[in-house]
Amino acid sequence: MTIEKSTGAPLKVHRYSGAARINHWITAISFVLLWLSGLALFHPSLYGLTALFGGGEMMRWLHPWIGVVLSISFLGLFLRFFTANLPERTDWKWLTSVRAVLSGHEENLPEVGKYNAGQKAVFWGMAVLIPVMLVSGIGLWDAGLVYVGATLGFKPTIDMQRWAALVHAAAGILTIVIWIVHVYAAIWVRGTISAMTEGKVTGGWAWRHHRKWLRKEVAEHKVGSNA
Amino acid sequence: MAPLPAFDVIRRSATSMPAPTPGRSVEVAKLIDASRCIGCKACQSACIEWNDLKPEIGENVGVYDNPHDLTPNNFTLMRFAEWENPANGNLEWLIRKDGCMHCEDPGCLKACPAPGAIVQYSNGIVDFQKENCIGCGYCVKGCPFNIPRISQTEHKAFKCTLCSDRVAVGQIPACAKACPTNAITFGTKAEMIAHSEKRVKDLKSRGFDKAGLYNPPGVSGTHVMYVLHHADRPQLYAGLAENPRISPLVEVWKGVAKYAGLAVIGLSVAAGALHHMLAGANRVSPEDEANAEKLAGGPKT
Repeated sequence: MTIEKSTGAPLKVHRYSGAARINHWITAISFVLLWLSGLALFHPSLYGLTALFGGGEMMRWLHPWIGVVLSISFLGLFLRFFTANLPERTDWKWLTSVRAVLSGHEENLPEVGKYNAGQKAVFWGMAVLIPVMLVSGIGLWDAGLVYVGATLGFKPTIDMQRWAALVHAAAGILTIVIWIVHVYAAIWVRGTISAMTEGKVTGGWAWRHHRKWLRKEVAEHKVGSNA
Repeated sequence: MAPLPAFDVIRRSATSMPAPTPGRSVEVAKLIDASRCIGCKACQSACIEWNDLKPEIGENVGVYDNPHDLTPNNFTLMRFAEWENPANGNLEWLIRKDGCMHCEDPGCLKACPAPGAIVQYSNGIVDFQKENCIGCGYCVKGCPFNIPRISQTEHKAFKCTLCSDRVAVGQIPACAKACPTNAITFGTKAEMIAHSEKRVKDLKSRGFDKAGLYNPPGVSGTHVMYVLHHADRPQLYAGLAENPRISPLVEVWKGVAKYAGLAVIGLSVAAGALHHMLAGANRVSPEDEANAEKLAGGPKT
């Protein structure tokens, strides 16, 4: 972590390594492809989305494999970020101060570490739902089931497959909602997106939204000038 | 039989708009009389021949069922069950020709996400349209009778067509044509119900007082019906469903979940847009930047 301070330009704070950013974008691209292809089969009016994947048959083949990529990629994100997402006492205060959060009055909220309680909710929501999507998805995946049957000797009953379909759909909707929250927050809170594009945020951004984290970075001499 | 009127599609899978209403043509049905079946498998052979199927050579494991299950290359199967009737000690050989029942309310069609991959004709036949099928297997989950099979080579779903191609030109299905004992008959649904009544009466006069017609109301009736000697216990016939209906899980998945799911997504997007309009962007102020600089301290050397 370094700071770059040149006269006039704001202080910059490193937030994500290159590897973390690549990991994030592989997950992000897979997720978008998954919801596009998943929604195509979810409602007939969206079936036209299959054209983006070269038609229904190609999409049916591709979707589970993208799911495998996402699962592995998300595991990477999970291992990278879960310690920073462990709950803290102040999270509760943050979560219950809906008005201050939504109006952007962060001066009325406790100082936040690397992640606020909303970000933690997104993280843990995905951490729970992605394994659910993976398991229920395998239950709907013909080729996957053939493999599971051959290796583990497990063959789900038709009722289990029906549950898989329903759970996959419900969990899919929830992940899309979480994704909307995630993307919206990144847009609404200006200055956030550079964290995932350049790996850096401005000092002011860190001061405003993640002051405890900024203090820690400064204390550890990761932020200063030309450290 | 006389040629039936050419049939139109009355239901089409994954299609939101209502189908044009051509009016119902005469409904057809196949009646399978389990009490007349001798288990010769002529129907299976005729099905394979007419549909030009190439079932794999199987393995004899000491049962009569051959092959062991329906496959993408085997649309119909004689299932053999032995049952000792406790009322009279007789060993009864209950043979059932399994295959698509052509439900009036087809679960496969309800579950199918690919527009037009499954259709129901105005004569009641439920047919898979291979060119629209994407091989997802949702029909397997929708079916209350466990009939459709997905080919691992073609990646498409297959099942009995009720020889819709033959029926369209006034022919009866290949299995019915081949049956040497008239256990399989085909005609209008009304004719087949009338025929079954005669058969049931005959069976009752011979001591099968629970004989009856299997035309399950849970799927609004079927276009393949059975005459059973023990109509009160369809399970005896190799597990024929007692009260088949589209699974409530499938009803929820393909009913309320579809609309609720899209509504939840739409509302989330709308909530975001509305919030941004009302609250405006959450921007970092110059004071924030100054505070950060102050915290970080002056330039070091």
